[in-house]
Amino acid sequence: MSSRKLGAAMFLPAILYVLAVIGVPFTLAFIYSVGDVKIASVGYHFVGLENFRSVLRSPTFRRSLFDSVVFTVGTQIIVLVGSTILALALKEKFRGRGLVRFLILLPWVAPVSLGAIGWKWILDSLYSVINWVLIAMHLVRPYDAPMWLGEPVLAMMSVIGVESWRLLPFSTVILLAGLTAIPRDIPEAAAVDGAGFWRTMFQITIPMILPIINVAVLFGVIFTFTDMTVVYILTRGGPYDTTQVLPSLAFFTGVLGGDLAEGAAISIFLVPLLVAVAYLMLRVAHRSEVT
Amino acid sequence: MVQGRVREIFGKVTHWAVLVGFSVLLAFPFYWMFISTFKRTNDLYNLKINPFIFNEKPTLEHLRLLFNDTLYLRWLGNTVVVGALVVFITLLLSVPAAYALARLTGRWGQRLGIGIFLTYLVPPTLLFLPLSRVIASLGLQDSLWSLVLVYPSFTIPFSTWLLMGFFKSIPPELEDAAMVDGLTRFGAFLKLVIPISTSGILTVTIFTFTLVTQEFVYALTFISSESRQMVGVGVPIFLVRGDVYYWGSLMAACLITSLPIALLYDLFLDRFIAGFTVGAVK
Repeated sequence: MSSRKLGAAMFLPAILYVLAVIGVPFTLAFIYSVGDVKIASVGYHFVGLENFRSVLRSPTFRRSLFDSVVFTVGTQIIVLVGSTILALALKEKFRGRGLVRFLILLPWVAPVSLGAIGWKWILDSLYSVINWVLIAMHLVRPYDAPMWLGEPVLAMMSVIGVESWRLLPFSTVILLAGLTAIPRDIPEAAAVDGAGFWRTMFQITIPMILPIINVAVLFGVIFTFTDMTVVYILTRGGPYDTTQVLPSLAFFTGVLGGDLAEGAAISIFLVPLLVAVAYLMLRVAHRSEVT
Repeated sequence: MVQGRVREIFGKVTHWAVLVGFSVLLAFPFYWMFISTFKRTNDLYNLKINPFIFNEKPTLEHLRLLFNDTLYLRWLGNTVVVGALVVFITLLLSVPAAYALARLTGRWGQRLGIGIFLTYLVPPTLLFLPLSRVIASLGLQDSLWSLVLVYPSFTIPFSTWLLMGFFKSIPPELEDAAMVDGLTRFGAFLKLVIPISTSGILTVTIFTFTLVTQEFVYALTFISSESRQMVGVGVPIFLVRGDVYYWGSLMAACLITSLPIALLYDLFLDRFIAGFTVGAVK
């Protein structure tokens, strides 16, 4: 057998499997979004852009689109700042680094639904430990303690906080990989030339790890924008859909509401961002291939 | 001189403050799971006393409830079985694919490799609605087989990508020598490359398994019976009766499930990072 044929025979099964389980539903998502498929029905009628029209008319959808953007941007800002600081602190070897690494990785490696339910207990309306501390410090009064998951602004802050908590370790280890790849002599030379800590940081270290920061942010954006687990467990999109994001709205519409077509139309709104990120990711990969 | 000393001490203090601060912030929920697991019910729901410590003697009552009166062990079992089957399918397809992409197909190998990696970016929340229809038409609704079928869609791309990097680090001369000695290319792959790649294969096994335990959306959508749940859905959804949360048992389940996964993951972290940096770090 020629090596070309052997190569094809070795990678085709994997590619066909992935195409079948990703490509087929991906195509179906578009077909459903221009049809009238319900969980209970069997037929399919083409309805054009009717689903998109009805989705765009719905205030819940517009609210979810807005919430998705707030949720994604808010999380990325916290994660980017937090993980840069943490990665810089973890860069040098020190005693206990292994333990610190294990502790800070926990949120990322624990199943996300279980981490989220842990937070649901921490943010409980009656027994929240955060409120206990606030009350003990006399910052809030016992009968007036914040309802973390029950008030629109607090609920949004809570889901952003928990999502950031989960993604921060991931972003940190990626940035750490970038930092450790910087040749040691470059920042040292800068220090000899009289550059201080902040100057070395902003003019040398951060520009040098910029490509890797891009990678961390691109993954972070995808993971946040398409995640429904944290919202589903903590708030179910409530109160009054003020933390509803596109993926959770698609779930409630398509699975619990039984309207597959409209659910599919909602999830199609994830695609433009996916395409943009894929394009940017290819540019990063391409640049590293060339240099 | 003195100024330099002060600055050095200040730097050290800041360094440790950052590390301790982040560690506490990130690991606190797990401490909270731990203390909630072993607290007596009175202690757990008493707002008057310090919640951070045991005010009464610890108890195993919540663990007993979890293991005896819920389907937690069953869910763990389901997760292990599905995980094992997904690992099997993933290895079977991704090991040869990764080797072929690393060695045999030249420049196209790189392109196809990146292509397969990009499919990892397609999220379950885009695919789950059409997939639920496909699953139903295959007669797999409410069956764990639906998950065995669907999970490789994200484990294969990730594993192939990781293994590709691994195979590229093996010098091709090794196989060339074996082929001169009369082995075919495929023979060299089976008898030479696979045996020296056990650590790469082990890494992929661990990551496939952890990805399976972390998945939520498909398991929530496809499986409805309580006895067929995966642990990631069973615990947060089915341990709640009506509106009653058994927080002690719930936290116990979170802790017991998370810790072994975290330990395994930590061992293989460096390879995982290598997979995600997309070549942006050399």
